[in-house]
Amino acid sequence: MESAAVSEQRKPGAGPSAKQPAGDNRPKILAATMKRYQYQPDALIEALYTAQELYGYLDLDILTKIAADLKLPPSHVYGVTTFYQFFSLKPRGKHTCLVCMGTACYVRGAAAIVAALEERAGVKAGETTPDGKASILTARCIGACGIAPAVVFDGSVAPFVTPESATQRLGEWLANGS
Amino acid sequence: MDPSELQELAARERAAQPKIVIRTCMSTACLAVDSEPVKAALDAAVEETGLKDRVKVVGVGCLGLCGKGPLVAVDPTGELYQHVTPEQARSIVSSVAGGPVTAERLDPTSPFFSKQVAVVRENSGMIDPERIEAYIAADGYVALTTALRDMSPSDVVDAITASGLRGRGGAGFPTGLKWAMVAKSPSDRKFVVCNGDEGDPGAFMDRSILESDPHRVLEGMAIAAYAVGASQGFIYVRGEYPLAITRLKKAIQQAKRLGLLGAQILDSSLDLRIDLRIGAGAFVCGEETGLLASIEGRRGTPRARPPFPAERGLWGFPTVINNVETLANIPTILRKGPEWFASIGTERSKGTKVFALAGKILNTGLIEVPMGMPLRTIVEEMGGGVAVGKAKAVQTGGPSGGCIPAALFDTPVDFEALAQVGSMMGSGGLVVMDEADNMVDVARFFMEFCTEESCGKCVPCRAGTVQMLRMLTRIADGEGHEEDLETLESLCTMVKSASLCGLGQSAPNPVLSTLRYFRHEYEEALRRRRSSHEESGDKAGDSAG
Repeated sequence: MESAAVSEQRKPGAGPSAKQPAGDNRPKILAATMKRYQYQPDALIEALYTAQELYGYLDLDILTKIAADLKLPPSHVYGVTTFYQFFSLKPRGKHTCLVCMGTACYVRGAAAIVAALEERAGVKAGETTPDGKASILTARCIGACGIAPAVVFDGSVAPFVTPESATQRLGEWLANGS
Repeated sequence: MDPSELQELAARERAAQPKIVIRTCMSTACLAVDSEPVKAALDAAVEETGLKDRVKVVGVGCLGLCGKGPLVAVDPTGELYQHVTPEQARSIVSSVAGGPVTAERLDPTSPFFSKQVAVVRENSGMIDPERIEAYIAADGYVALTTALRDMSPSDVVDAITASGLRGRGGAGFPTGLKWAMVAKSPSDRKFVVCNGDEGDPGAFMDRSILESDPHRVLEGMAIAAYAVGASQGFIYVRGEYPLAITRLKKAIQQAKRLGLLGAQILDSSLDLRIDLRIGAGAFVCGEETGLLASIEGRRGTPRARPPFPAERGLWGFPTVINNVETLANIPTILRKGPEWFASIGTERSKGTKVFALAGKILNTGLIEVPMGMPLRTIVEEMGGGVAVGKAKAVQTGGPSGGCIPAALFDTPVDFEALAQVGSMMGSGGLVVMDEADNMVDVARFFMEFCTEESCGKCVPCRAGTVQMLRMLTRIADGEGHEEDLETLESLCTMVKSASLCGLGQSAPNPVLSTLRYFRHEYEEALRRRRSSHEESGDKAGDSAG
């Protein structure tokens, strides 16, 4: 995930299609994804995936662009985007902390981990700290039940997590100036 | 590639295998406890000790006992080590030359391993999942060769029917019957779809199969495509399984390169293209019509059946849609014969089932057992029981299943027997609860899940789950009323019978089964008064200390 793109706050009307710095090849990559599916309607979810990977989140400009390219009603694109949990309409934090809330993790104390993280970050699960440093997220089940409770810190799975070990990691991110 | 070239490749690969192989688990759970540095240390040790000609270190798929990783196994002695560190790894290599081992030994003859029967998992933890050659050397693509060369499509359907294989995704529909329906649908375009949207929390069998032996699933799909006359396939995998996705992508590429996917596979008339589709975090997409909608790029909302996907599936064409584990059974059934498969299991549930043991159990991980094995054997012998105190219940089938109390642990794992006690086979998640777990809270947990995952298309599920969750929360918080239980029960029955798809139809199951076996816990919660609220907020989960 391009972290530089995540922190860039966009205003309506100033999306990637309207104003892009020279040498930005992200629109090309997105177009290539849709082309691979011959711009058919079933390219939509793949296109959303690619766009989110490139830009960090999906703003209305990108959604409108995808809708136009795939010749789909914008309402359809918006409907699909909001249906799936992975797609985010808001920028995510620089770091993400994804707590698995599957049954196995739950009976081994995942709820306490979420509560501790929420307290430390001062935001609720699903939100990003105001300074944009970290997002606290929850997952249905990441299928790592053998090492429950599990938390995914920036894409790598940590086993047998405790509220203390989780908040320590989060604390490091929040304290880090960069 | 033609069949004889396939045989040559297998022979070459087998001949190149050194005498001693050290297998290191490289699946999600072991990777999370740093099996990668362990493998690197093993590699380095082999290099340094000059044993390169005799010893080979191989990264393999899941070895099963996920809670005790990183796991390392040594062939041909069969030694098994747990919690291996990079430092100990060295001693495992030197033990080949007779040195002492500092790594912690694990008994490979303990019930956890000895009571298993490997069909689907026969290659898991044995071969490198990232090399098609390793799969071919383990008799991979032999079943496909046999099917294409010696059997007609209807012979293949008959063999699967005779084996008695039933869908492993949860519902247990006979696979042969499903294939026969698609095979006889008159259409020049058909699809084969693999459902890898393993959404049940507490279940990770399919993730493990895809990570450990992806080619088995591709071969199963190719056989299905030949049997029903399809030439295009999709594998739909959850986005939460990045490693499974990477390995599948690699496997598809390798199979294409060797001509085991593509046009005229193994010099036959079969053409098959397989594409991967990644789920984007919606539980309801595990429902087959929801999944098909998602492949088409739409919201994954289920639709009414009939028409079933076998008649009208992807883009309106006949589609066979099978779960990962179901397809993973296919190659072995054809290779060893349907009679062999049918000889395993019970009267109506044939073969084996992979279960994911999790929760408060001592040995967490994956097991494959013959159908009909009592839950007690699985929980107490294989799983080693619970760490502290006594097992209270097992939860099978995720949010669609139920809690089976310890008193009923003699129930065999069999589609009908589990349904009879108010649960279901489900996809294979088996979460063990102990005395510290409050069953009202467990029911509330699952209802919260279903409420959030309800797609909102039909009213009974959309509104019913919300009402049930409110009621359960009220009861759990000690604010319930005496008549709540009765209302809850009638609401359950209504949602069960009036919902459109499996999600809503089964959402009340965790509530109904806990009401049936643990009613006293609900009644206790009702008796609790507001004054005692402070303690009730204290989660029962962290009893490990």
